[in-house]
Amino acid sequence: MCCICLIVNVSICGTVIMSSVTYTFRDFWAQAKQNRLAYYYILPAFLVMGLVVLYPFVYNLILSLSNMNLSHFLDWELVGIRQYVKVFTDPMFYSVLGKNILWTIVNLVFHVVFGVGLALILNNPLKGRTLFRTLLILPWAVPQYITALTWRGMFNYRYGAVNLWLVKLNPVIEKVNEFLDPLVGFQMGLPPYEWLSTPGGAFTAAIVANIWLGFPFMMIVALGALQSIPQELYEVADIDGASRFQKFRTITVPLIKPAMIPAITLGVIWTFNNFNVIWLVTNGGNPSDSTHILVSYVYKAVFTHYRYAYSAALSVVIFLILLIFGINFIRKTKATKGAY
Amino acid sequence: MANSTDPRSNPRWLTIVQYLIVILFTLFALYPVLRVFTISLRPGDMLHSTSLALIPENWTLQNYIQLFTQEDFLLWMRNSSLVSLFTTILGVGLASTAGYGFSRYKFKGRETGLITLITTQMFPLTMLLLPLFIMLVKLKIYDTLIGLVIAYTATALPFTVWQMKGYYDTIPVSLEEAARIDGCNEFMAFYRIIFPLAAPALVITALFAFMTAWSEYLVAAVLLSDQNLFTLPLGLKQFQSNFDTQWGLYAAGALIVSIPVVALFITLSRWLVSGLTLGSVKG
Repeated sequence: MCCICLIVNVSICGTVIMSSVTYTFRDFWAQAKQNRLAYYYILPAFLVMGLVVLYPFVYNLILSLSNMNLSHFLDWELVGIRQYVKVFTDPMFYSVLGKNILWTIVNLVFHVVFGVGLALILNNPLKGRTLFRTLLILPWAVPQYITALTWRGMFNYRYGAVNLWLVKLNPVIEKVNEFLDPLVGFQMGLPPYEWLSTPGGAFTAAIVANIWLGFPFMMIVALGALQSIPQELYEVADIDGASRFQKFRTITVPLIKPAMIPAITLGVIWTFNNFNVIWLVTNGGNPSDSTHILVSYVYKAVFTHYRYAYSAALSVVIFLILLIFGINFIRKTKATKGAY
Repeated sequence: MANSTDPRSNPRWLTIVQYLIVILFTLFALYPVLRVFTISLRPGDMLHSTSLALIPENWTLQNYIQLFTQEDFLLWMRNSSLVSLFTTILGVGLASTAGYGFSRYKFKGRETGLITLITTQMFPLTMLLLPLFIMLVKLKIYDTLIGLVIAYTATALPFTVWQMKGYYDTIPVSLEEAARIDGCNEFMAFYRIIFPLAAPALVITALFAFMTAWSEYLVAAVLLSDQNLFTLPLGLKQFQSNFDTQWGLYAAGALIVSIPVVALFITLSRWLVSGLTLGSVKG
């Protein structure tokens, strides 16, 4: 199964190479002359993309096969796959990758459940739903770095709003403990909690901030999809005596799926690589580098430890992980090429 | 529209539960913003207050005044405005032409080009930052705002090119054909006829490029070290390193910076989403 996926992946990546091989240069030139203007239109954009994205990408590939670091900054040379071996033999890599996957899954689950749930509710004729819709988009609209810095402040041990509110709940927690303790011999700690100075606390704080900024996107996509479902389908289902849940399972879910799948794919890619939130909420992976995801880990390796070649190799590995995941997404786009 | 005899209408208890959930989430969405508002109004000696009141006691605009008169806030704002403005101009210029090329011509490499654009979305930014940093140093545009403008334009291009292409696709080709018969050349047909018709998409592209540049932290942090060139994100981040004393300044700055983009974003959210989903998969 995995092999088949790989073959498909490779074949898609290889389209570029294959097409240029099967087409001779002369054929290419003939059609290029005909479509001369098309290349003029596209050239400026691709020059900029080439300068800022494609050239650095290739350069990064070369660096990943080199030994560049602070002591070999100018006299670096190619040393083969040594850096990749280092990446895959470093236990830290697996621990950070594990956190990264946990980070992505937890965030996406909350984004989708909250987003779709709210969309289902807002799709009803509630009073003031335009106002609710507008207010609920707010977290998405706030610049990400401001969201992250603000939540860092909210999780401050002494003055942060989160602990201040939780302390107000102390009597409730004590009641719960009174009830729990004889039952399971377990007591919850009383707030205030050390959010930002414990690994678990800081990671939770970053996740809360990221859930806050991410659910509106899913909500808007789901709402758009829900509103395009023809009402007649539900009417027919009513005549057939379908229950609320049956209608949801057989009409709503299949009809919002085509919109949700690309949205979730994009969500995974964005969340997996979301540097801003984790970096700014935990102030650079604190406490003591325990709250990194892969991108923030690489960033630290580059700009704090100057491990250039190693970081380049790790970056390529991150990209490949996402590419294998994203191929599915690209293939879908290809499958609809008739439409564009 | 929904009365109680309508089989589609929800039972009353469900409606109440729905209102409760929506109100709860709206509070969740609003609370951090309200909290920032509160802190921005606090007088300097009350930053360590543990009060949860919405309007603080002895509220004052002191933080806002200090921000504009004693801090570099206006400088950061000037830098951010310049970068955002030029990113917008460059972004619109490049995306409107590239999108047109992709929409109207069936040339070799077209599909590869479109897919390359999507693939770049999967690049971890750190993969590009180190080479970019070295390159800009070599080109001697490290620590300049021009370097930042070019980097931001490239960041915004994949989305905006797809967005423009999708919009051009909805304009009938017969318009250009008619223009050609009337004596326009190929380029004039685009420039005189199609370009003005694409105004709505151009506006979205412009605003998207603007917002990308206005809110970006990481690239700026790597490419700028001169304090005189700092953009708003770098400036506001400085307050954070000193949260105990400058929390109020941060809050005031964060509000001023966010209000225009939030307003723009909310007005445009509908089109941004349709661009995202239309651009990726049709169906």
